[in-house]
Amino acid sequence: MWRFAGKRAIAALLVLFAISVLVFLIFFATPGVDPAARIAGRNASQETLAQVRQSFGLDQPIWVQYGVMMRHLFIDRDLTSFVNRGAEVIPQVQQAIPVTLSLVIGAAVIWVILALVMGVLATAYRGTAIDPIIVVLGVIGVSLPVYWLGEVVNLVTQSRLHDTIFAWVPSLGYVSLSEGFGPWALHLLFPWLTLAVLYAGIYARVLRSEMVGAMNEDYIRMARAKGIGEWRVLLRHALRTSLIVVVSLFGLDFGALIGGAALLTEVVFGLQGIGKLTYDSLQNFDLPVILACVLYAAFFVVLANFIVDLLYAWLDPRVRHV
Amino acid sequence: MSESMAAQPLLDVRDLRVSFRTRSGTVDAVDGISFTVGRGEVLGIVGESGSGKSVSMLSVLGLIDNPNCVVEGEVIFQGEDLLKLDDKELRRIRGKEIAMVFQDPMTALTPVYTAGWHISEQIRAHEKVSKKAAHARAIQLLDAVGIPNSTDRVNSYPHEFSGGMRQRVVIAMALSCNPSLLIADEPTTALDVTIQAQILELLRDLQSEFGSSIVLITHDMGVVSQMSDRVLVMYGGRLAEAGPRRALMRDPLHPYTWGLMGSIPPTDGTRVERLAAIPGAPINPSDPDRDRCLFSSRCGFASDACRPQPGLVEHVHGHLDACVLPYDQRPALRLEALTTVMTESGASA
Repeated sequence: MWRFAGKRAIAALLVLFAISVLVFLIFFATPGVDPAARIAGRNASQETLAQVRQSFGLDQPIWVQYGVMMRHLFIDRDLTSFVNRGAEVIPQVQQAIPVTLSLVIGAAVIWVILALVMGVLATAYRGTAIDPIIVVLGVIGVSLPVYWLGEVVNLVTQSRLHDTIFAWVPSLGYVSLSEGFGPWALHLLFPWLTLAVLYAGIYARVLRSEMVGAMNEDYIRMARAKGIGEWRVLLRHALRTSLIVVVSLFGLDFGALIGGAALLTEVVFGLQGIGKLTYDSLQNFDLPVILACVLYAAFFVVLANFIVDLLYAWLDPRVRHV
Repeated sequence: MSESMAAQPLLDVRDLRVSFRTRSGTVDAVDGISFTVGRGEVLGIVGESGSGKSVSMLSVLGLIDNPNCVVEGEVIFQGEDLLKLDDKELRRIRGKEIAMVFQDPMTALTPVYTAGWHISEQIRAHEKVSKKAAHARAIQLLDAVGIPNSTDRVNSYPHEFSGGMRQRVVIAMALSCNPSLLIADEPTTALDVTIQAQILELLRDLQSEFGSSIVLITHDMGVVSQMSDRVLVMYGGRLAEAGPRRALMRDPLHPYTWGLMGSIPPTDGTRVERLAAIPGAPINPSDPDRDRCLFSSRCGFASDACRPQPGLVEHVHGHLDACVLPYDQRPALRLEALTTVMTESGASA
């Protein structure tokens, strides 16, 4: 198991390095894209361009530029924005990370629990009315766009019913965990639920179809023939083997969300997270911030996949020796 | 009183019917079969695919997971009618009193758990023992079924065993609670021929050691002749013939049994040019025309006498069959059936 983890960790590091090179090349060396021209502004004279190139180090060979960028990003940690000169990038990212992590982890806990309960119940009561009801609820959840659902939630909790039932809902925005668990959770409750609704339905459906498939397997009949209870058959045999698929799906979604895919939820609920930061930096083509955000996102996608690989090996003994 | 208990069979199946409701009507997978299994007896059930042999034994334990399935009749096991028990009461019987071994050991074990886990789960489902004690019993059981290095292998996962070894694990699991009846549903079909013999030998050894009765479901006449005390031959969900192994193997009565026996290549004497095959295809269980001998559509001796459905008749002590052909002419007719096949194959060659 440790050997396996070590191997996967080395592979993850290599992937991160490759991503940093690739992203750098996309923004700094794509033919036709000249960062200096973007910084200097429209109709800049040749002298201004040359000055910009020199002052931003863009006249150096590409690998030197890459090295300098990475040194500023990871070693000196003093990379500054191209747009607001003097504004450091790392603190911006560091400020955004806890917001996104709080949003996504909380939502993930809710959607995984919901999906497990819904998937298991739908499997246990397949053939009765409960199963299609759960499946349809899931489809409705998947079909609601986050920005619409989020706005409706805001309309109800912040405006229409704010003076009556939802008087306890705080105003939009993020409150740090250091100010107490209660305020933190209360501020994030509706963002969590909104994001979770989207994923719980998909996960419940995937889990249900996996489990229904597993219930037709020989080992389920064998388990029943052993004289163990139906719930144990369902949870220890069918659910346990079906989790493998759910875990790999979770790794992909979780990594992407941490990396900024929760943008819509962040915008709707006024959370200054990574998604919002990436979006803003793309708007004004702030290369250092974009690079930092993308690398940060890549790091979490790779990390999530690394954890999923380990979970996989733990869940499925057949994987360990590969 | 105790004498009458001893004389009572362990399992007494009376007029068992298993039918499935389908869109095109009811299909009788098992159509009124009755048989008994004595204590310590090995009963072989033979028949081709779809003859109802597996379904009948699955229905005994309530293991048919199909809401459109109706099971009727009586299955008396140790004085209780299993078909009248609810799921909770059946669980007390399953695995503890009646254990099953299924055809494919590749898929019979949940892939994410070790051999020891599987065996412990079964022990702990029926007995209040600690995890440690169950684990120790698992090692003993793996030893008993001939798995070398059982203290290490108990922690191996199913995919780390070969097919034959996996079937041994399944058998160890089935025997873990000392069941009085073991139902083995084609236990050797998915295995190599050399491994088949080992597994059969293992079953026979364990049977004499543990004293369980065995119901051995198979389509292989060779397996039946090696193992069983008594044989049932099933066709189309009904009993075609039943009798003690020796009598049935030496003097099979039913034309269907003749066909089954004729399809075994002889291991001595001259090499036959072509093995006898039963013409036609197995009866479709949804065929509505059921008040007849179901084999008559494939039988060379079929006549008007084959309808209505002939009942089982006992000819010699314990040897029954459901055929209208005159009993004393059977040996001659059997010879005729064989020679017909020979000349037909000769003509077509």
